[in-house]
Amino acid sequence: MSNHSFTHLDALESEGIHIMRELAAECANPVLLFSGGKDSIVLLRLAEKAFRPGRFPFPLMHIDTEHNFPEVIEFRDRRAKELGERLIVRSMEDSIKKGRVVLRSENQSRNSFQSVTLLDAIEEFEFDACIGGARRDEEKARAKERIFSFRDEFGQWDPKNQRPELWDIYNTRTHQGENIRVFPISNWTELDVWEYIDREKLEVPHIYFAHMREVIRRDAGLLPISRLVQPKDGEKTEQVMVRFRTVGDMSCTCPVASTATTIDEIVAETAVTRITERGATRMDDQTSDASMELRKKEGYF
Amino acid sequence: MSANEKISLEQAELLRFITAGSVDDGKSTLIGRLLHDSKSIFEDQLSSITKTTQKRGMEGVDLSLLTDGLQAEREQGITIDVAYRYFATPKRKFIIADTPGHEQYTRNMVTGASTANLAIVLIDARKGVLTQSRRHTYLASLVGIPHLVVAVNKMDLVDYSEDTFKEICKDFASFAAEFNFNSIEYIPMSALKGDMVVERGDQLPWYQGVTLMGLLENIVIDHDVNLEDFRFPVQWVCRPQTEELHDFRGYMGRVESGSIRVGDAVTLLPSGLTSRIKEVLFHEAVTDQATAPQAATLTIEDHLDISRGDMLVKTGDLPHVTTEFNAMLCWMSEHPLDPKRKYLIKQTTKVVKAKISKIDHRVDVNTLEHETVETLQLNDIAKVTIKVQQPLVCDDYQHNHATGSFIVIDESSNNTVAAGMIVLSDG
Repeated sequence: MSNHSFTHLDALESEGIHIMRELAAECANPVLLFSGGKDSIVLLRLAEKAFRPGRFPFPLMHIDTEHNFPEVIEFRDRRAKELGERLIVRSMEDSIKKGRVVLRSENQSRNSFQSVTLLDAIEEFEFDACIGGARRDEEKARAKERIFSFRDEFGQWDPKNQRPELWDIYNTRTHQGENIRVFPISNWTELDVWEYIDREKLEVPHIYFAHMREVIRRDAGLLPISRLVQPKDGEKTEQVMVRFRTVGDMSCTCPVASTATTIDEIVAETAVTRITERGATRMDDQTSDASMELRKKEGYF
Repeated sequence: MSANEKISLEQAELLRFITAGSVDDGKSTLIGRLLHDSKSIFEDQLSSITKTTQKRGMEGVDLSLLTDGLQAEREQGITIDVAYRYFATPKRKFIIADTPGHEQYTRNMVTGASTANLAIVLIDARKGVLTQSRRHTYLASLVGIPHLVVAVNKMDLVDYSEDTFKEICKDFASFAAEFNFNSIEYIPMSALKGDMVVERGDQLPWYQGVTLMGLLENIVIDHDVNLEDFRFPVQWVCRPQTEELHDFRGYMGRVESGSIRVGDAVTLLPSGLTSRIKEVLFHEAVTDQATAPQAATLTIEDHLDISRGDMLVKTGDLPHVTTEFNAMLCWMSEHPLDPKRKYLIKQTTKVVKAKISKIDHRVDVNTLEHETVETLQLNDIAKVTIKVQQPLVCDDYQHNHATGSFIVIDESSNNTVAAGMIVLSDG
């Protein structure tokens, strides 16, 4: 067999499986963060390929902001059940009740507060490694992050004190209380993710496909109307054909205008899209040039 | 996009490359030009750098800003060792390991180069081949990058002179002859003006070769992986112990080199026990062969005690099993090597205690001369002798990257302090 049939998706998949097995073998108590979003759907597929016919050597966990789209939560629960794997859900509501998170208003974006609930859950279960679906093409702070990204006792990322990462030999060692974030799809782009979902025929929540939705136009973006977002004075709601490129906090995740109703059509749209995933869909990353970098330093994924 | 285009995209190969050169050589501009002219820059990124260009009182779009650093880097005047960038054409997907120049260059370049198929060495046409060109080429060769592209940049500043280009090629070839690259290509270009990067431009009619993008899209990389010697370090042993899979023992790992078929005789190392391959599994698919670099699950005919850190190889094509070996070491820590201390070495899936028992010589990366030293500092490259507590199953690095590479870990800080390349053949 010639190596020629080994495509970029094969290469990325093989790398992802290799990373999954390394972390499972070397970390004492890992957990896979599963939100029901497309990137973590790919992580689950890689875990199946890495460990079946055995069970996953880690549970799944979701940090629920309770600002999530209901169909994504339904999908999350169903997918975990189909796989027969354990799903842990830790809710930000608990952190709010405990006084660990203080919100300025009920409808405020909860993305940046996820870190608190995540760090609490890491402590509760004594996880030493969290597997996440972040990709380096998302943002320039991500572009400089390691695949095995080391965090101190406070969950903080220190960009200038990262371990060199050579070949694919990963240093997974931590001291008590420290932990590692592991990103098996670091080298994937948004297009790679969709092509892989297409190739593997993976199910994704419906809100990724184009549908009619009631939205308002705010700050050059489309905001979906929900219990958290209501039109302000002077704003008009309209029905627009849209799809979501990411599924995050309902109060700040914007859909894009789209007619793509199949995975094929999403692949085609993604291949010619001219705006980055975060630029198009995440209002919280646009507050300043370094907003992702700052949130990561505070323990954000 | 048509259905045909979609198929070709999903079947595109992956090429990883590194650019070597300092800011002055126009490295950032070259990367910016590649991304811009291949339409890989998104509108929001472009509008952001256009704004920054204007803020700095300049005209147009400064493409070098695309690779501009993090806030932490700008504030503290430091550079973080390597950033990864992605772009694609209908033919290939590309990953650029973008390493900044400056003081820590050796460490950064070795890190970025460790996963690369190809290195672009940038040369300023006005300055010709410099000491640093020699250093970059040596490091690319040390890390075993198969393909080298010599990008003679800033041709616009030497009136696109063919003589200047030829002179530089001649100079470069004379010293590059001592290195062992599979291929070396020379391309004259102006990253600033866009000549010969993605578009040919009108200024270099005397140059008959391909553009940089043409080269990146078409260079043959099939043979970069060792397809001869089957090496399968066991990562994970799968024993579901369910009713229907009561006796199933799957050895999971990645075929690092070579290939294996059902029925092949295999030897388990370091024990030396032998068996035959019973099944080759990829998730739910049962096949008869696995080839590098596929991740696979193997089962064997006999019941052997196999665990992580062991390696399956083809009987009759054995690697070395040794507790003492030579290696080229690139020291990456601000704490110098302490020859009295024990370190950890991670090689394939094995972690062992090790002692760097002798520094044979340090290499001056500018002159390639050998020096005698007592210790190793950050960015030093040296040939050393290493003793390990348990035998390592390994090959010479230049012959097999996957089984010849290792990292050195400081047990007290848990940091990665060095990268190593095993040297088995003396010469």
